[in-house]
Amino acid sequence: MRAAFFILAVVTLIGAVGAIALRRLIHCALSAALAFAGLAGIYLMLGAEFVSFAQVLVYLGAVAVLIVFAILLTPPAAETRAQPFCKPCLLGLGVAVLVFGVVWSSVLASSVVWRPAATAVPASSAKLIGRALMTDAVLPLEVLGLLLTAALIGAVVLAWREKEGSD
Amino acid sequence: MFEALDQLPITLKAWLVGLLPEAWQAVASPVLSAAALVGALAVLFALATWIERKGLGRLQNRYGPNRVGPFGLLQPLADGLKMLTKEDLVPRNADRVVHFLAPLAMVVPVLLAYAVMPFGRNLVAADFDAGLLFFFAAGSATELAVFMAGWSSRNKYSLLGAMRAIAQMISYEVPLVLSALTAVMLSGSLSLVTLVDHQAGYHGGWLARWHVFTPWGLAGFLLFLTAATAEANRSPFDLPEGESEIIAGHLVEYSGFKYALFFLGEYLGLFAASGLAITLFLGGWRAPLAGLNWVPSYLWFFLKLFGCLALFIWLRGTLPRVRTDQLMNLAWKFLLPLALINLFVAALWHLTAGWASVGGGLARWLVGGALLAIPYAVLGRALFSGPRRGPRVYRYAD
Repeated sequence: MRAAFFILAVVTLIGAVGAIALRRLIHCALSAALAFAGLAGIYLMLGAEFVSFAQVLVYLGAVAVLIVFAILLTPPAAETRAQPFCKPCLLGLGVAVLVFGVVWSSVLASSVVWRPAATAVPASSAKLIGRALMTDAVLPLEVLGLLLTAALIGAVVLAWREKEGSD
Repeated sequence: MFEALDQLPITLKAWLVGLLPEAWQAVASPVLSAAALVGALAVLFALATWIERKGLGRLQNRYGPNRVGPFGLLQPLADGLKMLTKEDLVPRNADRVVHFLAPLAMVVPVLLAYAVMPFGRNLVAADFDAGLLFFFAAGSATELAVFMAGWSSRNKYSLLGAMRAIAQMISYEVPLVLSALTAVMLSGSLSLVTLVDHQAGYHGGWLARWHVFTPWGLAGFLLFLTAATAEANRSPFDLPEGESEIIAGHLVEYSGFKYALFFLGEYLGLFAASGLAITLFLGGWRAPLAGLNWVPSYLWFFLKLFGCLALFIWLRGTLPRVRTDQLMNLAWKFLLPLALINLFVAALWHLTAGWASVGGGLARWLVGGALLAIPYAVLGRALFSGPRRGPRVYRYAD
């Protein structure tokens, strides 16, 4: 178990470092995908099956492909060979520290940290998640659905206009 | 006797694990499961290539392989040796690391997907509570592998092929998942083992209670198979590889064993999709008739798998390749609406579960069937009677 965790952690870290340190944007995207996969493995090890599979389905199957498509469809000028660590590195470091601080403090402030760790995984976590999504969390779910539908319609409208202009 | 034969793989594994020292047993059990899976799939792959070449030969009025071994049965072995001894060519400008990793990224997720497949009674490597989600998650990871292959080859044909393949896989994933959802709705579980258990029992004491024998199940099965054909890039949806237009797409710069790995990945993906269709709609490893229960469960599974394979070969030998616009129209204007209607019919079937006892079983059947057959006819007519396109205009080639 411990060995599995260390392997997954190393894979995730290599992917994450590669995503910022590699020169070609496609390589960065692919190493980010590796980090996503490593995270999914860690979730699975922690007994969060549903989260792990959703992570692979959404991040590896959709987000990574989206990033790759975005890189390919933008002009080739985007594929620069500039130094990975750009000039205002102090600014970047500041932002990173700030974000980490906010996440750290909010994690510590939440009640999850102080709850004793669950000893047994519930028998059917997918069912519990589904029930929660349809009862307690139904409003956020609907808002998200509305947002995504709006984005979808917006994308269709954008694509439509471009076609009319070209023909 | 039957019990022993049915549970033979499980007792064999338990005996093998028992031979090892105590400390190794926890590691040996999953390793043995994985090894058995990979071995069985390799044999299945070899057999499938032979069946496909023989079957296509029969459909095209020729012999097919008949030189190596009896009936050409050793042809897959010869092919494998040929692939291993071929030169492994990598284009000079190719991205060597990604070019090397792409075949692996193709095969590994496909193999992972088999972990949740119930091949027989108690014969499953890992029964996850969200097994169906695991299956689709593993399947979606192959899109990235196709992209890696297409991009790293530094060839415009391979990149075009990869883009086509990804667009096709993403489009057809929607009807694929939606048609699988019907079975989940009715059995109330994402675990594939529970899904098979939900199809236990017999109608009238002889016909199995498979999902395919209901209106929504039949529609779901056909929708699922269609979407799976496209997902596996098989004919008639093999545009990404279109030999006559983009010379095998993302595979164009692959040779030797790397090409064989892609080939293996595609075949195993097809088997996995067929296996899932069997698990969801064809009762998994269960016998079709009550009197046939004496055949071991895993034999039923593989019999059904070969049936699906024969269907795919038949389709490949019969249907011409579709155009890109036809491909996208079929996915978004035909399969997707039908899959959504099918979800509704499945919900109706669930709500009217009490009708069967009152004697309204026939009415339930007729309502469900009509709700699916009428949109099928209307949508199908709309799909084929769209605005006629004039002769194709080539903007750059003239």
